[in-house]
Amino acid sequence: MQSAQILSPPSSQNVNSRERWLSVVVGSAVAAYGLSRRSIAGITLAGVGAGLVWRGASGFCAVYDALGLTTAAESDHDTSNVSVPYGRGVRVEQTVTIGLPPEEIYTFFRNFENLPRFMSHLKSVTVLDDRRSHWTTKGPAGSDAEWDAVIINEIPNELIGWRSVDGSQVDNAGSVHFKANPADRGTDVKVILRYDPPAGLLGAMTAKIFGEDPAHQVKEDLRALKMLLETGEIATTKGQPNGVPHRARLRERLAEVMR
Amino acid sequence: MKAVCWFGKTDVRVESVPDPKIINPHDAIVRVTLTAICGSDLHLYDGYIPTMMKGDILGHEFMGEIVEVGAEVKNLKVGDRVIVPFPICCGRCWFCKNDQWSLCDNTNPNAWMVEALYGFGGAALYGYSHMYGGYAGGQAEYVRVPFADINPVKIPDGLPDEKVLFLTDIFPTGYFAADNCDIKPGDVVAVWGCGPVGLFAMKSAWMLGASRVIAIDRVPERMRLAREACNAEVVDFEEVDDVYDVLKEMTGGRGPDCCIDAVGMEAHGHTADALYDRVKQVMRIEFDRAHVLRQALHCCRKGGTVSIPGVYGGFIDKIPFGAAFGKGLTLKMGQAHVQKYVHHLLARIERDEIDPSFLITHRVRLDDAPAMYRTFRDKQDDCIKVVMRP
Repeated sequence: MQSAQILSPPSSQNVNSRERWLSVVVGSAVAAYGLSRRSIAGITLAGVGAGLVWRGASGFCAVYDALGLTTAAESDHDTSNVSVPYGRGVRVEQTVTIGLPPEEIYTFFRNFENLPRFMSHLKSVTVLDDRRSHWTTKGPAGSDAEWDAVIINEIPNELIGWRSVDGSQVDNAGSVHFKANPADRGTDVKVILRYDPPAGLLGAMTAKIFGEDPAHQVKEDLRALKMLLETGEIATTKGQPNGVPHRARLRERLAEVMR
Repeated sequence: MKAVCWFGKTDVRVESVPDPKIINPHDAIVRVTLTAICGSDLHLYDGYIPTMMKGDILGHEFMGEIVEVGAEVKNLKVGDRVIVPFPICCGRCWFCKNDQWSLCDNTNPNAWMVEALYGFGGAALYGYSHMYGGYAGGQAEYVRVPFADINPVKIPDGLPDEKVLFLTDIFPTGYFAADNCDIKPGDVVAVWGCGPVGLFAMKSAWMLGASRVIAIDRVPERMRLAREACNAEVVDFEEVDDVYDVLKEMTGGRGPDCCIDAVGMEAHGHTADALYDRVKQVMRIEFDRAHVLRQALHCCRKGGTVSIPGVYGGFIDKIPFGAAFGKGLTLKMGQAHVQKYVHHLLARIERDEIDPSFLITHRVRLDDAPAMYRTFRDKQDDCIKVVMRP
């Protein structure tokens, strides 16, 4: 298994417009907070905030540059026929073994309206015709996103490839591959996703810090798919009793994370 | 309902909590008629198992009566008397189909936590931390049982609760430990720890054809049970200079063919390595004390088997791996595949070949749980096994 990678070619302006705005807003807030602290640490924080503001204003990020990353590219005048051009966005690849023949898993997956049953961030998928479907997701921090996807490649019982159509809120492309294993070892199901995060790479990193790591999400979604197909249900403890009210447990969990 | 809840290190309380309900279609709800405190619950009580949260309901040894079944449970009906194995298994994954039930793929919603620690995770357990699934346990009046079409075992009328309760964990765990030894005619089996799992491992070793059983412990009441109820020759490790020398002498200089560590991560000892472990564990730079495991590896005969039903959670050091390699030992371990053995062992109980209730020393109400955890942990009052009636 491979976790999320951030890929990009070199460029002089390397931050896209949405992310530049985010950078300015977050930077201003951090700077204001830093200055209000009236301490050495506060001044340092203010400096970091100012750096973010400058990053937003100039569209150039030294960190991205040092790491060879970019989110700018040709995002506003994309003429290629792929949703996420090679070398841009976030790439996720995860595999799970499911104890069923490829045909059964393929048939289940090919009906995209089944996807929200195991993909926790999908709200709904509506099939429009044989190749087109409309997807709605719960984005990070409660922000919804929707787009139309079109199947661009398909080999029955082996693979399905799709991408979002031009002008989508979240440019993305994905494929799922089914490979039968020898003897009684079931089928390897591999998912490859590539997407351009709405809030840029900064947003993607922020989401990661707050536990919304896309590689982890895809892995957990595949685990749920395996549970659903092998057993007919997805294991959960949500809704079971315990000796401390739910709200108090959440507070405790939060305190643990912040510590 | 009433339930025994974990609130922190050495802090368990009986709390009033909401009744469990059916969540998934293969669930059932069991009204608990008898439950027990397991030695492994003491690892939770002593705070050695990570990912516990305040309010978690404890208990993985319980039995009772079905009061509700989910839509997909066709083989059980309201009123059936059942025992419930402690690993929660789906019965459909590759591991369950290959009789490796405790390694089930599909029941732990928090499998990623175990994967972070161990690489891969197995079956969820009742009342045994969030990394093992976070399922509410059975030291309660009612409990939700997932995959009730697979896991619970119906108990015929006429067999009292006390005779069958230990089919949930300690009897199959002891049997699994002995089975892992692949006992051959003439074999000498040495068992470290005369707690419930150790005692059942001794009984099981006889069932599987051992020619001699040797028990190692220091608690008088437990050694008495090993001698009288399990027909074992007993070594008090505090009374001898070196357990290795004693075992070697007892086996004609060969060493025991099979060594069972039925103690696990909170071992006691009075040698240098045991003191070293204790210091490191107190300072939180080592999770587990492995004195018994080291001794078992050292004492085992060439080509023998070391079987480990005792629970380990994290890291241990100073393991004489050279001894294991040099003697070509076989190591077998893990959570017991209860579902693999439970029907066979129930049949033995029905045929009166064994009455597992021999080790019960304390019969109390659920309300007495906090005091009983302390008594059991401190091995006071000759406490070996506590059963509780809600």
